[in-house]
Parts: sequence; C-alpha cells; structure tokens
Amino acid sequence: MYAALWRLLPGPTWARALVCVALLAVVVVVCFTWVFPALAPVMPFNDVSVTGSGP
Amino acid sequence: MTSGAPGPRRRRASRHAASPPRSRVVVGVLGEILMTLGALVLLFAVWQLWWTDVVAGRAQAAEVSRVEQHFQDDPAIVTPTSGPSRGTSVRASEPEPTIAGDVFALIRIPRFGAGDVHPVVDGTSLADLRQGVGHYASTALPGQVGNMALAGHRTTWAKPFSRIDELRPGDAVVIETATAYVVYRVRSSEIVAPTDWAVVAPVPDQPGEKPTQAWLTLTSCHPRYSARQRYVVHALLDHVYPRAQGLPAGLLTTVPS
Repeated sequence: MYAALWRLLPGPTWARALVCVALLAVVVVVCFTWVFPALAPVMPFNDVSVTGSGP
Repeated sequence: MTSGAPGPRRRRASRHAASPPRSRVVVGVLGEILMTLGALVLLFAVWQLWWTDVVAGRAQAAEVSRVEQHFQDDPAIVTPTSGPSRGTSVRASEPEPTIAGDVFALIRIPRFGAGDVHPVVDGTSLADLRQGVGHYASTALPGQVGNMALAGHRTTWAKPFSRIDELRPGDAVVIETATAYVVYRVRSSEIVAPTDWAVVAPVPDQPGEKPTQAWLTLTSCHPRYSARQRYVVHALLDHVYPRAQGLPAGLLTTVPS
C-alpha cells in the first residue's frame, strides 16, 4: 500500500519524501479539526457530570 | 562493456521473479492497514490528552480576560459572545447575579495555584465544558441558598478540576460574578456513582430536603482518565465580598496546609 504510493509519486527521493510529509500533515490536520472532535463525545472517559432522574 | 550490460537486465529479472504471491500481498496490505489504525489511535490519544488542553487553555484564558474586562468596565453588565442573546447586554439584578450568556462567572481555586482561574458557563454538555467549568441547569446561582453545582474536566480540555482530589476541608473556592466575590469553603469530598444525582440536590445527598444554606458542589470524573465514578466536593458559603470591596489580601495566595 505505502510502497505503491511511493512508486506512484514522481520525482527524486527528496521530493517524494516531501510529498509524504505533506500528506501526513494533511491527515493530522483533518483528524485534529474534524474527525477527533466528532469522536470525542462517544468516548467513555469524557463524562464529568452526574445524571439521573432527580428528586 | 560486456560485464555491465547484463547487470540491470538480471536485476530486473530477479525483481520480477521475487514478486510475492497474491496472498502475501493481501496480508501485507492488511498489516499496513492495521499499523495505520494503530497510529491513528495513538494520534487520537495525543489530540485528546495534549491538543485539547492547548486549544481550550488558550480559549479559556482569552475568555477569562474578556469577562474580567467586562466586570471592570461596568460591574453590572456582561455581554455574551454566543448563545441566543448574542450581542445584547444584560444588566444583572442586584443582589442576585443573573446568568448572561454562556460565561456568567469565573471560578478561582487557590489550592490549584494563585493564578488558577476558569470561566463558568451555563450548562454541562461536552460543548459547554470545552469553554470552562459547567453550571448544572436549574441549580442555585452564586451565593444563593440551595446548591450551586459545577462540573469540570479532570483531564483534557484545560482540565480545570485536574487536582480536585487535593481539595481539603477549609479550602477556599471563589466564584467571581459581575457584582461580587462569593467565597465558599470546602466541607467534604466523596466518590460516587455517575448516576448519583443526589450530590447536586439543593441539600447535598438529601434529595427532597428544603435548603437553608448556600452550598457549592464540584463534580469531576474518577479515577483520572476514566468515567467509572465521580469525584464530588461539597463546599459551604463562607462570605460574599462586594466587587467594590474586593477580596481580602492573601485569600487567593494562602492555602491551609
């Protein structure tokens, strides 16, 4: 999978490495901005309040 | 010349011969996918444990200085930045402070450091708690008779209640509103089930009882990094200092040992 990506990229090694770093940065930004904030509410360790039917 | 020419050809041929069988390619790709998922899980941990603190810490510090500025400019006016009443100014009715917008007060806990301060927002949803410490809907307002209940993160999102387990009886918890500094003193701590609603009852742990005192209850998760239980701290109203009078010198900097 990653070997195929490496073969698909044009240019010399340093250019391919640069594109790979850029792609990785895009993945991190997308995760931090949209994916992880959307996942956080369903994670079991973010609840800090007590709930119940009340008196 | 004769020795150089066959070299690349042979290499090409050997690469072709080494081309792995289909099953091994599938296993290889599967392995890469699993490693990628593992890396993403680690990345999520980095985001949750570090990045949320960075972002929320910055946002909450900005909100604190904005609210402080408003409290100073006109003690009775807080202009909300978001929520349904965006852009309107609400005059707090004396002597009871009115909730105006999302952030309506600041909380300072000297035990957590002289500079410890976080916004207090209306509501306890996850979105509210990203902005600061959340005020349970329909519980008492600062200084009111009843139980003012607040929830805060113990880890992540600027973790305002990170060290809630260090609070000891006698410790001050200061709620700063548009009109006053409301000082509570810690009475007790307890660890309860997440469903134990009675801890935020008007009289803590005595649901149905009619309140005669002004309580403050802080809730956070327990143990740290888990939501299996809740760490709960109860405090009782000690003194209300009007904003004009200010807090007594040293109240924020001295902590009972």
